[in-house]
Amino acid sequence: MTGTWLLRGVRPLGGDPTDVLLRDGRIAETGSRRNDTSGAQVLDGDGLVALPGLVDLHTHLREPGREDAETVASGSLAAALGGYTAVHAMANTDPVADTAGVVEQVWRLGREAGHVDVRPVGAVTAGLGGQRLAELGAMAESAAAVRVFSDDGRCVSDAVVMRRALEYVKAFDGVIAQHAQEPRLTEDAQMNEGVLSGVLGLRGWPAVAEEAIIARDVLLAAHVGSRLHVCHVSTAGSVDILRWAKAKGCDVTAEVTPHHLLLTDELAATYDPVYKVNPPLRTAEDVEALRAALADGTIDAVATDHAPHPVEDKETEWAAAAFGMLGLETALPVVIAAMVETGLLDWSGVADRMSTRPARIGRVAGQGRGLEPGAPANVTLVDAAARITVDPTGLASLSSNTPYVGRALPGRVVATFLRGRATVLDGKQA
Amino acid sequence: MPARQRSARSVLDADDVARALTRIAHQVLERNRGPGELVLLGIPTRGVPLARRLAERVATIGDADIPAGSLDVTMHRDDLRLRPARALDHTDIPPGGVDGKVVVLVDDVLFSGRTVRAALDALSDLGRPRAVQLAVLVDRGHRELPIRADYVGKNLPTSLAEVVQVQLAEYDGVDAVLIGQLDRQVEHAEVAR
Amino acid sequence: MKHLLSAADLSRDDALAVLDTAEELAQLAERPIKKLPTLRGRTVVNLFFEDSTRTRISFEAAAKRLSADVINFSAKGSSLSKGESLKDTALTLEAMGADAVVVRHPASGAPHRLAVSGWIRGSVVNAGDGTHEHPTQALLDAYTLRRRLGSLEGRRVAVVGDVLHSRVARSNVLLLHTLGVEVTLVAPPTLLPVGIEAWPCATSLDLDAVLPKSDAVMMLRVQRERMNASYFPSAREYTRRYGLDGWRLAALPDHAVVMHPGPMNRGLEISAVAADSARSTIVEQVSNGVSVRMAVLYLLLAGEEAA
Repeated sequence: MTGTWLLRGVRPLGGDPTDVLLRDGRIAETGSRRNDTSGAQVLDGDGLVALPGLVDLHTHLREPGREDAETVASGSLAAALGGYTAVHAMANTDPVADTAGVVEQVWRLGREAGHVDVRPVGAVTAGLGGQRLAELGAMAESAAAVRVFSDDGRCVSDAVVMRRALEYVKAFDGVIAQHAQEPRLTEDAQMNEGVLSGVLGLRGWPAVAEEAIIARDVLLAAHVGSRLHVCHVSTAGSVDILRWAKAKGCDVTAEVTPHHLLLTDELAATYDPVYKVNPPLRTAEDVEALRAALADGTIDAVATDHAPHPVEDKETEWAAAAFGMLGLETALPVVIAAMVETGLLDWSGVADRMSTRPARIGRVAGQGRGLEPGAPANVTLVDAAARITVDPTGLASLSSNTPYVGRALPGRVVATFLRGRATVLDGKQA
Repeated sequence: MPARQRSARSVLDADDVARALTRIAHQVLERNRGPGELVLLGIPTRGVPLARRLAERVATIGDADIPAGSLDVTMHRDDLRLRPARALDHTDIPPGGVDGKVVVLVDDVLFSGRTVRAALDALSDLGRPRAVQLAVLVDRGHRELPIRADYVGKNLPTSLAEVVQVQLAEYDGVDAVLIGQLDRQVEHAEVAR
Repeated sequence: MKHLLSAADLSRDDALAVLDTAEELAQLAERPIKKLPTLRGRTVVNLFFEDSTRTRISFEAAAKRLSADVINFSAKGSSLSKGESLKDTALTLEAMGADAVVVRHPASGAPHRLAVSGWIRGSVVNAGDGTHEHPTQALLDAYTLRRRLGSLEGRRVAVVGDVLHSRVARSNVLLLHTLGVEVTLVAPPTLLPVGIEAWPCATSLDLDAVLPKSDAVMMLRVQRERMNASYFPSAREYTRRYGLDGWRLAALPDHAVVMHPGPMNRGLEISAVAADSARSTIVEQVSNGVSVRMAVLYLLLAGEEAA
């Protein structure tokens, strides 16, 4: 499946149909080549939208430790099927990815599977304990070349520890990706704090617990002159703080999940834990603000926060269930539904938020470089007119906790190319 | 009872009903050799005013006050599962109770006999009468259980395609007994009682 | 109606049907044979994941008086304490053929999950789920109130205490509103849930202003431990500002009654004087509970085929 590919009649970033030639791992030429196939394998694009390979800043591959939920192999396959060519694997594994040894193991597993570039994320603090910095430098210098560090799952809530981490990573162009959740305000929290949480009798997760941390961290980052990345922004108030910080010139970037662009806390009224996630689903006003922020670039990237869980952790009463939803295989369709079909973002905007900017934030060389001749041949082909109905048993992920069961979503990933090699063809593993 | 019959014809008018009740009152006193330990219990809905009227007549003729009350049989029915749970009617047992008494159950129509069977079960949970007798305004036949009435206002042979409707002033503004054809388009008509 | 999960499941007609049926069934307590054959051959399972002798006995008595078979499944003495899941427990009960499952669970929404999951086919009755609802408690409270006051329409009831954590409060607000009662919730601001303005009731932070206008006051249980989480500074301050003591009892109109779902913290939310006064309905709430629960089981099960 490697070698030379001629993608015929595809529409780069939704533009006019043209032919794209992939050779030696790069995009060789674009333009009409009606009769000259040059010995390439031909894929009849027939109006498929061509995007640069998607880059996910936030995924949970669960290996090592929870291979019953997902492995690097199954998760990265799910990513490729979702149109991704690179994913950042979060560090809250078991053991935690807080040493060069663990991140190199994850990186190696990713290479062996070969579906996408797996970029391990290193923990900020040892054991995610929030007290002592992990060996960030060792992880940066390892074969995994870690640049993104996050205690995701937990918040780095100690202000001094956060300050030191922000300062320390400057030495190797790293970035701290904060999971913003003030721990005392959210003890045993189950869903968004609002009218519905009071009615349902589920402890609330107030928006201010996210916003207060983001406010503190953008000020800290500006004070020490460091980059900051904010994971899974979920509230309108957080958007306001980010807009203010960027206007002041702070070097802060932010991501939003697909589910926070589409779903609201009303779904919790079913008490079905498939809708239980951290940060929780919020209100329609929050969804609207997040969409507008992604459209105007205040939020830089879509990141899936793909969080697989086995059936027994989700098929229970709400309070006992794990937090998290699948995301890799439905991310692009959800973004199309929430942003493209609503006219908020065009295809070049999709490419920017799901490939270019995430690659830049994660310092992923060779990814997010667009579709110009000379760029590495990381290409995703999407049938924008198709509608998929989500079937949890038909997913490549080992888990099936998707909130979109039975829902029809627009767009289907037809093919994915990683440096000129097809990882997905005709919507299936190549 | 819903009046869903077509062309209902009257078989008893107000005078007929009054005469029947008076006759039954005499028969009750005769059979029981006086007012004695009588208690009349009407089966809701229309058995209840009939029991009260009967008690008034028995009291006049027999020159003694006869206690009258009501006995709801809903919880003892054998056909509960065929329809959503029904509302309960009121049970009112007169202060003397039923132990050792002659209880006369009173109902408007005797048909399959199942309602009376339920009433007998309900009664046995309340105490042990010395005897139980049954007075009905109309006996329309088609018994499904070995049950018979001691006192009958009118014997009305009917077909199963017919509906018998008793009207009483307390509920319907007038006293009458009507027979009509069962409207087949109506689901769940009150056929088996 | 197949399940009773929330007081919001009941329309006004449904609620009145329960109260009227309970009225008739209450006579059973006076009879020599306290039994009706109506649910003979049905199986009612009491599935209690939370300790509650009082409520469990009430449901057990209700089911037995209707001649149903009762199975008590309590989390303590079973494999549940070793971590058997809600789903596996439900599947076991289904295999035993439960016509109705009465569930009390510490997690809000657990009865809802049982009802919609497809694990059991019977009716689910919520006997209290976390801080969410306790619909049969609200029904017996409404029944008690109607008996004492004669009518419910237009009455004013104050519900006082830890509303935030109270499933009794939620169910009562919904049901009393359905029955035409004006409810006022009284609590310190820390114990009122966010979004309370959207509830079909009024709120007040001043108990003394509300009492003289109330036909009934319902005191909710307050846990002393809440002061460790800073909901109020001390038990003393709570009692002084929100407790029903003798002075406040006297401030009530002459006809007004005092209610409490139990168990009481005598001296914290309610004084002995108030609890033991003639206005108190606390003891009859318990016996009314059996009649009301009989009515609920009858209305849910009698019209159905056996499992």
